[in-house]
Amino acid sequence: MRNDELTIGILGLQGAISEHLNHIKSLGAKGVIIKKPVQLEDIDGLILPGGESTTMRKLIDRYGFLEPLKNFSKLGKPIFGTCAGMVLVAKEITDSTESHLHLMDVRVKRNAFGRQRDSFEAYLDIKGLKDPFHAVFIRAPYIDSANKNVEILATFDDHIVAARQNHLLVSAFHPELTEDNRFLELFVHMVKNQKAASIY
Amino acid sequence: MEKVLGSEAVKRGMAQMQKGGVIMDVINAEQAKIAEASGAVAVMALERVPSDIRAAGGVARMADPRIVDEVMNAVSIPVMAKARIGHIVEARVLEAMGVDYIDESEVLTPADEEFHLLKSDYTVPFVCGCRDLGEAARRIGEGASMLRTKGEPGTGNIVEAVRHIRKVNAQVRKVIRMNDDELMTEAKNLGAPYEVLKQIKEEGKLPVVNFAAGGVATPADAALMMELGADGVFVGSGIFKSDNPEKFANAIVQATTYHNDYELIGKLSKELGTAMKGIEISKLTADDRMQDRGW
Repeated sequence: MRNDELTIGILGLQGAISEHLNHIKSLGAKGVIIKKPVQLEDIDGLILPGGESTTMRKLIDRYGFLEPLKNFSKLGKPIFGTCAGMVLVAKEITDSTESHLHLMDVRVKRNAFGRQRDSFEAYLDIKGLKDPFHAVFIRAPYIDSANKNVEILATFDDHIVAARQNHLLVSAFHPELTEDNRFLELFVHMVKNQKAASIY
Repeated sequence: MEKVLGSEAVKRGMAQMQKGGVIMDVINAEQAKIAEASGAVAVMALERVPSDIRAAGGVARMADPRIVDEVMNAVSIPVMAKARIGHIVEARVLEAMGVDYIDESEVLTPADEEFHLLKSDYTVPFVCGCRDLGEAARRIGEGASMLRTKGEPGTGNIVEAVRHIRKVNAQVRKVIRMNDDELMTEAKNLGAPYEVLKQIKEEGKLPVVNFAAGGVATPADAALMMELGADGVFVGSGIFKSDNPEKFANAIVQATTYHNDYELIGKLSKELGTAMKGIEISKLTADDRMQDRGW
């Protein structure tokens, strides 16, 4: 299967949407901005982009996205949560009784590295990528505990900042803010494998 | 592994995360919570909203740090605050308090009538107002990580914000189409740093996010600015000077997300009550025009 046979959606409620779209296009897949739940039916994988997780959750509720997103995950179709998206997919949020989509067996701490003045960039070693990856962290969360079935892809200062569990991929940093599309390529591979498996 | 703070990518990136959202002016914790609950992507902590600054007259300064603190403690979304144009110490104080973004704002009385802040010197990112590409490029040259139209703050009249976004975008389009050998003269004519124009031509767009501000009073106003190419919307007096702030806040957020769903915007506008009372721009004296502050 070729990349141009894949359609990847980006939840289009708010945040860094066009940046993800550019990355998807750079890998030869088709990108779609998802503004209505019904659009989820036509895509092979979904990106929950960076933005404000509090805002996105409010909009998810208001526009009836909560159940459709959970159902999308039940189909086993890959979901990639960046930053705010990582907060949305977690089963638990540190210091909070509420979680959002409740999909991934991790506990995520919001704004874990601090406020904007603590935002930073750094080169990371990421499992599956040969050379270090230029990662931009903005008011970023991290995973402060993960179940055994979660594969840890990267850490920074001993905190988990990228991970994978079955069809779910998360990063605390923003791969869409740099030119380097290797991290998104990991996701495109997941989408491709899932789609190929579901067809044959 | 080495950690780099306050870099251009980190400062500009913060604004990119706000795209498609609404940033609301608030003056206390209660308003901040209403804004957050409505789906605002950030709040601007102020002592007075622009229309009250107009009414009060006198010198408008950075907000009382107590108010900024109160708002920062009340919400988990980012908190912005305004410093006077060129007021190095107000900006440093807000940075030290940990606000997430500083607006070097013409809504406050300028502290320096000649020089803006050298914003590249700070770890905290800045947003600045602009009326045309020259002004936008000068602010970027000084290190602004985000732009907004100036509009005419506190008037509830969208006409100036429309003028400014159309002008900036028309001038950006012109630069993108220019030949390389024409750029220097354009830089001279606009009073814009050459390097910034070069970057605009290469990238085919402004290098930073550009929001609309200054006169947004209704959901339709917010949607209009998105249709004209704004990346998001600041609402100053429009929410908490309306009849029903909660409803206005919700409706403006929805109209910004779905700016081309006209049926929805019609429905949202039906149940709102009265918007803030607006001011006709020609009724303002030269002294009352906030957009003419800054250079």
